[in-house]
Amino acid sequence: MSPVLGKPVNRVDGPDKVTGTGRYCGEIVLPGLAYGLIVGADVAKGRVVSIDESAARAAGGVYGILTHRNTPKVANAPHLIPSLAGQPAPGESFFPMQDDVVHYWGQPVALVVADSLESAAHAAALLDITYEESPAVATIEDGRKSAYEAETLFGGLMPARDERGDVTAALAAAEVTVDASYRYAANHHNPLETSVTTAQWDGDRLTLWDSTMGVRASQLTVASLLGIPLSDVRVITHFVGGGFGSKAMVWPHVTLAAMAARHVGRPVRLTLTRPQSFTSNGHREEQEQRITLGAGRDGRLTAIRHQKLSITSSFDDWAEPATGVSTQIYGCDNYLGSHSLIKGNTMTPTFTRAPGESLGSFSLETAMDRLAYELGMDPVELRIMNHPPVDNHGNPWSSDGMADCLRRGAELIGWADRDPTPGVRQEGDNLIGTGVAGAGYPVAFMMPVQHARARIFNDGSVVIQTSAQEFGIGVTTSMSQVGADGLGVDMDVLRFEAGDTDLPNTTSAVGSMGATMQSSAVHNAARTLRNELIAHAVADDKSPLHGLSPSSVRVADGRMTSTLDPSISESYADMLQRNRLLDLEALGSWTPPPFTTPHGLLTFGAQFAEVAVDKDLGLVRVRRMAGVFAPGRVLNPKLARSQLLGGMLWGLGQALLEGNQIDRQSGRWALNNLGEYLVPVHADIPDIQVEFVEVEDDVVGPLGVKGVGEVGQVGAAAAIANAVFHATGRRMSELPMTAEVVMNGGGAG
Amino acid sequence: MTMRPITFFRAGSIDDAVAAVSANPDSAFLAGGTTEIDLLRLGVIQPTLLVDVNELPLTYLEDTESGGVRIGAMARMSDVARAPRIVERYPGMSQALLLGASEQLRNMASMGGNMCQRTRCAYFRDGRSPCNKREPGSGCSALNGVNRGHAILGTSDQCIATHPSDVAVALVALDATVRTMGPDGIRTIPIEQFFLRPEDTPSVEHPLEHGELIVAIDVPDLPVARASRYVKHRDRASYEFALVSVFSAMRVDDKGNVAELRLALGGVGTVPWRAHRAEEALIGRPATPENFAAAADAELADADTRPMNAFKVTFAKRAIVRELSQVVTS
Repeated sequence: MSPVLGKPVNRVDGPDKVTGTGRYCGEIVLPGLAYGLIVGADVAKGRVVSIDESAARAAGGVYGILTHRNTPKVANAPHLIPSLAGQPAPGESFFPMQDDVVHYWGQPVALVVADSLESAAHAAALLDITYEESPAVATIEDGRKSAYEAETLFGGLMPARDERGDVTAALAAAEVTVDASYRYAANHHNPLETSVTTAQWDGDRLTLWDSTMGVRASQLTVASLLGIPLSDVRVITHFVGGGFGSKAMVWPHVTLAAMAARHVGRPVRLTLTRPQSFTSNGHREEQEQRITLGAGRDGRLTAIRHQKLSITSSFDDWAEPATGVSTQIYGCDNYLGSHSLIKGNTMTPTFTRAPGESLGSFSLETAMDRLAYELGMDPVELRIMNHPPVDNHGNPWSSDGMADCLRRGAELIGWADRDPTPGVRQEGDNLIGTGVAGAGYPVAFMMPVQHARARIFNDGSVVIQTSAQEFGIGVTTSMSQVGADGLGVDMDVLRFEAGDTDLPNTTSAVGSMGATMQSSAVHNAARTLRNELIAHAVADDKSPLHGLSPSSVRVADGRMTSTLDPSISESYADMLQRNRLLDLEALGSWTPPPFTTPHGLLTFGAQFAEVAVDKDLGLVRVRRMAGVFAPGRVLNPKLARSQLLGGMLWGLGQALLEGNQIDRQSGRWALNNLGEYLVPVHADIPDIQVEFVEVEDDVVGPLGVKGVGEVGQVGAAAAIANAVFHATGRRMSELPMTAEVVMNGGGAG
Repeated sequence: MTMRPITFFRAGSIDDAVAAVSANPDSAFLAGGTTEIDLLRLGVIQPTLLVDVNELPLTYLEDTESGGVRIGAMARMSDVARAPRIVERYPGMSQALLLGASEQLRNMASMGGNMCQRTRCAYFRDGRSPCNKREPGSGCSALNGVNRGHAILGTSDQCIATHPSDVAVALVALDATVRTMGPDGIRTIPIEQFFLRPEDTPSVEHPLEHGELIVAIDVPDLPVARASRYVKHRDRASYEFALVSVFSAMRVDDKGNVAELRLALGGVGTVPWRAHRAEEALIGRPATPENFAAAADAELADADTRPMNAFKVTFAKRAIVRELSQVVTS
């Protein structure tokens, strides 16, 4: 039992954050710093006809203005690939200001650089830009007729269609079927910190302080677009104010900041405004889904058909993959998952917390609830009964735990006392109901080899390094724990350094893979160094440990001790000093299993919710939530709980509040600030319980860590929708479930 | 450092403030600034002179000779909300104040400023879309745009922007009076005349001369208001504008008839909406759910809806019936 791993250690970077001494990328002060501001296109489709800069330049304080007329051409065309793949990761296959064509509203058409943000804003307002506007396709409704079934997603990385068996025949033969259609509004991420990049050139070498979820992705992308060596690009990020997917890809403003800094011969800070954060770093796309289930009277699923329609940019086949969970969380021989797309005048959508599977699971889990009612079965038992021991390829799960999650969640919410009859519990003006949903999120081994370095000085102090970035999830803390555990030292003597491409490589912390990747590399580095230190000691004839087998040495608190005789021991520091070794270091690496590893790879969980629905006004308030998850080894339950809780709250927001739409007259997002784009406030947050189910996993890395970033969000909205049904008897087929949706019977679907 | 130049003048007296703004057609008063600073930054309003009235001696709250309360224009919303004489005599007004914005904003926002609060219509606030309120004659983007939050009462074909205030809903129900100081001296404006419906001139929201400053709001003595209530229905539990809000003050006589009624609605009107039709339909009638429903129908009979905001008709009717029914049972 490790003295540090799995303990609810407080955040080691907490004091820096709450006292304001932690520097975020928009707080880097450099001599001669200039301030950039992007000017976005005011049409959704068309052409820039003219740009009159005279008034803007005359306003004073302006160092330079970049437009398509003077912006350097990118050295390599951007191609859309997830940053987890460890390649250049522009968010879209498009770079702005290369020509006069406008593809989406808000697309950068100019960048003003000035001596202050205020000067830049004033000059930007004085830029006189005229457009030739063409009719835009900005919503599903605009482009429904041009929908096509995609062959691949993510720039060809994933097939868009997943088919096995004969779903048509199986549905025709099914004793019971459920057919449900859904409409989902677009979501925006809205981390508190909008994206910001500070760029500084020193000759040919570029340093970027970038608020990114992957310093390596920023480095790879900017080097590729600028056509300069990777060794000339350093990316630093010590604190990031949240990402949720909006900082998983490297959007044009990052490279534009570097271009602007070169253009004006000064360091440049380029910050996206809050309205620009709705048009500059992707979104969860507007989408429609339809799911059809076939089952026997015994409740066994025999067919699932899961179809998605969504709108993407004119240059990328992007869709959140919606079928990665529905294809495998319940066993079913006949399955069809497909993604249809409409090309339109939006930017390329992107990862948004629990990408794809959050809405895919909403469809699946509300349909499963319908099926349970059709069959007269308990919704928890129906799920447990259909959850298989193997994935859709017949491979055993690397670790499971789903049934235990469902059972424990049921206990927490008091499921045993539940009368399944919908619409019969009333308190005052409210109808009360409870609901359940299963949760799963794929573990995706698409990253390259991960590295970390462990270094011990001869006073016993330790530095552990990897290029990971701290965007609020607690990596600084949990990796300090992993390093201390692996090396056998106290956390107090260890410092974890990250957020810098000069440090050993780890890939972007996205797709719930950060903890797995980083902990594996850090563990291996710490273990390698520990083994080297022990090897030194047992080979050292002056050491009390001399001659022992390395396997009979244990280490705790920086002291190596014989497992045969506890009186024989020596500290790392003593051994290093005696041998006149100033320090010793080791590089650790972790090679992930192949993408096709013969294991089922999902992180499982279960969500429960209790709601109160205003019987007349349709307003839904969540009264209780309980989430139980099986993410493998939990490095720090306090941090993991925060992550999962945050995910559940995202689910609550997605269920009831969050939704954006494009104004069809202008092609512009209708909501562009936190006053109108609603996220939950404290008063919306109910009593929430989060628990873990322990499962061992020897496939996903040496510590058996699966991620907790996404799975907390999956199923939360579905549990709420199922609770609304239990309360009202109305099936919800739109998100968010606003008052009018609930009043009008659940939505158009 | 360069930016749009604005001259800032902190007025030391009411006369100075009025004189300064009157003398400059591009000037504006600045009170708590909780809306105005936003609009300045968004480029929606572009005054060249800001006359700060925060130092003026207008933060008082005092009884009037006729038994009402006079509220200084610079009294902060949070102070008024918790003032004992407001809580006791006009509890619905206190509730309306406390349900508006957030505590931080209420600590800054003034009562006079609240009367001049601008709409949250996104097309008005974006500074660029066609908007008759911001740029007369340019058109109304909300008519066929994203208008879920827009008004269904008091609309015109020029503008359907919703009036955002909560406390103003209480004040129209209470028949308050707005006291102003202009170049020609003091005048009083009955509050329902203070809020102008858009009609053909949505850019004109109040009957104020340029340079005319709100100095106080008079709330008359109204015994029935001691049992007044304000309920605000919204998507999230706090910090959001109303979908529909209801202010009510009702007295039912011993025969079960409605003897007195003040009813007003927020979230549905282009102005804070006094429900005169519903009041008239109910005064002297039995206080029954059926009559409440008929009164609500009467009030919403002329509702002007669009697909996205049509739900507000049913929503508002149900909110009215529920509110009045609860008053009867409580």
